[in-house]
Amino acid sequence: MRSAFAFLLLAFSALVMAQGNLEVNTPAISQVKSAMTSRHAQLAPHYASGALGLARDATVQVRDANAIPLAQRGAVQSAVAAENSDRATLYREIAKANGNPAWEADIRATFAQRWIDKAQPGWWVQNAQGAWVKK
Amino acid sequence: MKHSHVSALAAMSAASLLSACVTINIYFPAAAAEKAADKIIDEVWQLQKKAEPAAPPASKETK
Repeated sequence: MRSAFAFLLLAFSALVMAQGNLEVNTPAISQVKSAMTSRHAQLAPHYASGALGLARDATVQVRDANAIPLAQRGAVQSAVAAENSDRATLYREIAKANGNPAWEADIRATFAQRWIDKAQPGWWVQNAQGAWVKK
Repeated sequence: MKHSHVSALAAMSAASLLSACVTINIYFPAAAAEKAADKIIDEVWQLQKKAEPAAPPASKETK
Protein backbone atom coordinates (compact mmCIF):
# COMPACT_ATOMS: atom_id res chain seq x y z
CA MET A 1 0.00 0.00 0.00
CA ARG A 2 2.70 2.43 1.01
CA SER A 3 4.94 1.51 -1.88
CA ALA A 4 2.03 1.96 -4.25
CA PHE A 5 1.62 5.45 -2.88
CA ALA A 6 5.33 6.09 -3.29
CA PHE A 7 5.15 4.91 -6.87
CA LEU A 8 2.26 7.24 -7.57
CA LEU A 9 4.22 10.13 -6.12
CA LEU A 10 7.22 9.25 -8.27
CA ALA A 11 5.12 8.99 -11.40
CA PHE A 12 3.49 12.32 -10.70
CA SER A 13 6.76 14.09 -10.04
CA ALA A 14 8.24 12.69 -13.25
CA LEU A 15 5.25 14.05 -15.11
CA VAL A 16 5.67 17.51 -13.65
CA MET A 17 9.40 17.50 -14.39
CA ALA A 18 8.86 16.54 -18.02
CA GLN A 19 7.47 20.02 -18.65
CA GLY A 20 10.64 21.86 -19.61
CA ASN A 21 8.61 23.79 -22.15
CA LEU A 22 5.62 25.99 -21.67
CA GLU A 23 2.36 24.77 -23.09
CA VAL A 24 1.44 27.07 -25.96
CA ASN A 25 -0.72 24.80 -28.09
CA THR A 26 -4.28 25.43 -27.03
CA PRO A 27 -7.14 26.41 -29.33
CA ALA A 28 -7.37 29.87 -27.73
CA ILE A 29 -3.67 30.54 -28.25
CA SER A 30 -3.72 29.27 -31.85
CA GLN A 31 -6.68 31.51 -32.60
CA VAL A 32 -5.08 34.76 -31.41
CA LYS A 33 -1.79 33.77 -33.00
CA SER A 34 -3.33 33.38 -36.41
CA ALA A 35 -5.28 36.64 -36.06
CA MET A 36 -2.06 38.41 -35.13
CA THR A 37 -0.17 36.83 -38.01
CA SER A 38 -2.67 38.05 -40.58
CA ARG A 39 -2.87 41.48 -38.97
CA HIS A 40 0.89 41.88 -39.13
CA ALA A 41 0.80 42.52 -42.87
CA GLN A 42 -1.34 45.60 -42.19
CA LEU A 43 0.81 46.86 -39.31
CA ALA A 44 4.31 46.18 -40.67
CA PRO A 45 4.59 49.23 -42.98
CA HIS A 46 3.65 51.47 -40.07
CA TYR A 47 6.36 50.04 -37.83
CA ALA A 48 8.79 50.89 -40.61
CA SER A 49 7.45 54.45 -41.00
CA GLY A 50 7.69 55.10 -37.29
CA ALA A 51 3.95 55.63 -36.90
CA LEU A 52 3.78 52.62 -34.61
CA GLY A 53 6.21 51.50 -31.98
CA LEU A 54 6.75 48.50 -29.74
CA ALA A 55 6.11 49.55 -26.19
CA ARG A 56 7.89 48.29 -23.11
CA ASP A 57 4.59 46.94 -21.77
CA ALA A 58 4.41 44.43 -24.65
CA THR A 59 1.79 46.36 -26.57
CA VAL A 60 1.84 48.25 -29.87
CA GLN A 61 1.43 52.01 -29.59
CA VAL A 62 0.63 54.73 -32.06
CA ARG A 63 3.67 56.99 -31.74
CA ASP A 64 2.89 59.35 -34.57
CA ALA A 65 -0.57 59.22 -36.06
CA ASN A 66 0.38 61.88 -38.61
CA ALA A 67 2.78 59.43 -40.23
CA ILE A 68 -0.23 57.33 -41.27
CA PRO A 69 -2.00 58.49 -44.45
CA LEU A 70 -5.29 60.04 -43.39
CA ALA A 71 -7.34 57.53 -45.36
CA GLN A 72 -5.80 54.63 -43.40
CA ARG A 73 -5.55 56.28 -40.00
CA GLY A 74 -8.82 55.02 -38.55
CA ALA A 75 -8.26 51.48 -39.80
CA VAL A 76 -4.72 51.35 -38.44
CA GLN A 77 -5.85 52.67 -35.07
CA SER A 78 -8.53 49.96 -34.86
CA ALA A 79 -5.98 47.36 -35.91
CA VAL A 80 -3.68 48.51 -33.09
CA ALA A 81 -6.53 48.24 -30.59
CA ALA A 82 -7.36 44.74 -31.86
CA GLU A 83 -3.70 43.76 -31.74
CA ASN A 84 -3.34 44.87 -28.13
CA SER A 85 -6.47 43.03 -27.14
CA ASP A 86 -5.17 39.87 -28.84
CA ARG A 87 -1.81 40.28 -27.17
CA ALA A 88 -3.45 40.58 -23.75
CA THR A 89 -5.41 37.41 -24.50
CA LEU A 90 -2.24 35.66 -25.62
CA TYR A 91 -0.34 36.42 -22.40
CA ARG A 92 -3.31 35.48 -20.25
CA GLU A 93 -3.96 32.25 -22.14
CA ILE A 94 -0.33 31.10 -21.96
CA ALA A 95 -0.36 31.63 -18.19
CA LYS A 96 -3.65 29.77 -17.94
CA ALA A 97 -2.54 26.91 -20.18
CA ASN A 98 0.37 26.31 -17.81
CA GLY A 99 -1.78 26.23 -14.73
CA ASN A 100 -0.42 29.50 -13.35
CA PRO A 101 -2.66 32.48 -14.14
CA ALA A 102 -0.37 34.51 -11.87
CA TRP A 103 2.41 34.18 -14.46
CA GLU A 104 0.59 36.54 -16.82
CA ALA A 105 2.64 39.60 -15.83
CA ASP A 106 5.92 37.67 -16.15
CA ILE A 107 4.87 36.36 -19.54
CA ARG A 108 3.96 39.86 -20.65
CA ALA A 109 7.36 41.14 -19.51
CA THR A 110 9.13 38.32 -21.35
CA PHE A 111 7.23 39.10 -24.53
CA ALA A 112 7.90 42.84 -24.16
CA GLN A 113 11.62 42.18 -24.20
CA ARG A 114 11.48 39.69 -27.05
CA TRP A 115 9.22 41.81 -29.31
CA ILE A 116 11.75 44.65 -28.89
CA ASP A 117 14.78 42.41 -29.38
CA LYS A 118 13.32 40.93 -32.55
CA ALA A 119 12.10 44.23 -34.02
CA GLN A 120 13.67 45.05 -37.34
CA PRO A 121 16.26 47.80 -37.73
CA GLY A 122 14.47 51.09 -38.30
CA TRP A 123 11.52 50.20 -36.10
CA TRP A 124 10.78 52.24 -33.01
CA VAL A 125 10.90 50.66 -29.58
CA GLN A 126 10.45 51.99 -26.08
CA ASN A 127 13.45 51.75 -23.77
CA ALA A 128 13.37 51.04 -20.04
CA GLN A 129 12.94 54.76 -19.30
CA GLY A 130 9.92 54.96 -21.57
CA ALA A 131 11.63 56.95 -24.31
CA TRP A 132 11.17 55.96 -27.96
CA VAL A 133 14.31 54.95 -29.76
CA LYS A 134 14.86 53.87 -33.34
CA LYS A 135 16.54 50.51 -33.71
CA MET B 1 11.76 -5.59 7.69
CA LYS B 2 13.69 -5.24 4.49
CA HIS B 3 10.55 -4.42 2.56
CA SER B 4 9.60 -1.56 4.86
CA HIS B 5 13.10 -0.14 4.49
CA VAL B 6 12.79 -0.09 0.72
CA SER B 7 9.40 1.51 0.71
CA ALA B 8 10.49 4.12 3.25
CA LEU B 9 13.40 4.93 0.99
CA ALA B 10 11.11 5.12 -2.02
CA ALA B 11 8.73 7.42 -0.20
CA MET B 12 11.59 9.66 0.88
CA SER B 13 13.07 9.93 -2.58
CA ALA B 14 9.64 10.54 -4.04
CA ALA B 15 9.06 13.30 -1.54
CA SER B 16 12.38 14.95 -2.31
CA LEU B 17 11.78 14.68 -6.04
CA LEU B 18 8.34 16.11 -5.63
CA SER B 19 9.56 19.06 -3.59
CA ALA B 20 12.16 19.79 -6.27
CA CYS B 21 9.44 19.79 -8.89
CA VAL B 22 7.13 21.97 -6.87
CA THR B 23 9.94 24.48 -6.63
CA ILE B 24 10.32 24.42 -10.41
CA ASN B 25 6.63 24.86 -10.87
CA ILE B 26 6.14 27.74 -8.46
CA TYR B 27 8.92 29.94 -9.80
CA PHE B 28 8.40 31.46 -13.20
CA PRO B 29 10.32 29.42 -15.81
CA ALA B 30 12.02 32.39 -17.48
CA ALA B 31 14.04 30.41 -20.00
CA ALA B 32 11.08 28.33 -21.12
CA ALA B 33 8.96 31.47 -21.40
CA GLU B 34 11.58 33.15 -23.54
CA LYS B 35 11.74 30.13 -25.80
CA ALA B 36 7.96 30.09 -26.13
CA ALA B 37 7.86 33.84 -26.82
CA ASP B 38 10.51 33.53 -29.53
CA LYS B 39 8.59 30.76 -31.23
CA ILE B 40 5.35 32.72 -31.21
CA ILE B 41 6.96 35.97 -32.36
CA ASP B 42 8.74 34.17 -35.21
CA GLU B 43 5.37 32.82 -36.27
CA VAL B 44 3.44 36.08 -35.98
CA TRP B 45 6.12 38.15 -37.69
CA GLN B 46 6.99 35.30 -40.07
CA LEU B 47 10.67 35.57 -39.32
CA GLN B 48 12.90 32.93 -40.78
CA LYS B 49 15.44 31.16 -38.68
CA LYS B 50 18.78 32.87 -39.23
CA ALA B 51 20.24 29.68 -40.66
CA GLU B 52 21.62 30.70 -44.03
CA PRO B 53 23.83 33.73 -43.42
CA ALA B 54 25.28 33.57 -46.93
CA ALA B 55 21.92 33.40 -48.69
CA PRO B 56 21.85 35.72 -51.71
CA PRO B 57 19.17 38.40 -51.55
CA ALA B 58 15.99 37.61 -53.42
CA SER B 59 16.03 39.07 -56.91
CA LYS B 60 12.54 40.40 -56.59
CA GLU B 61 11.91 42.91 -53.83
CA THR B 62 8.33 43.22 -52.77
CA LYS B 63 8.82 46.61 -51.25
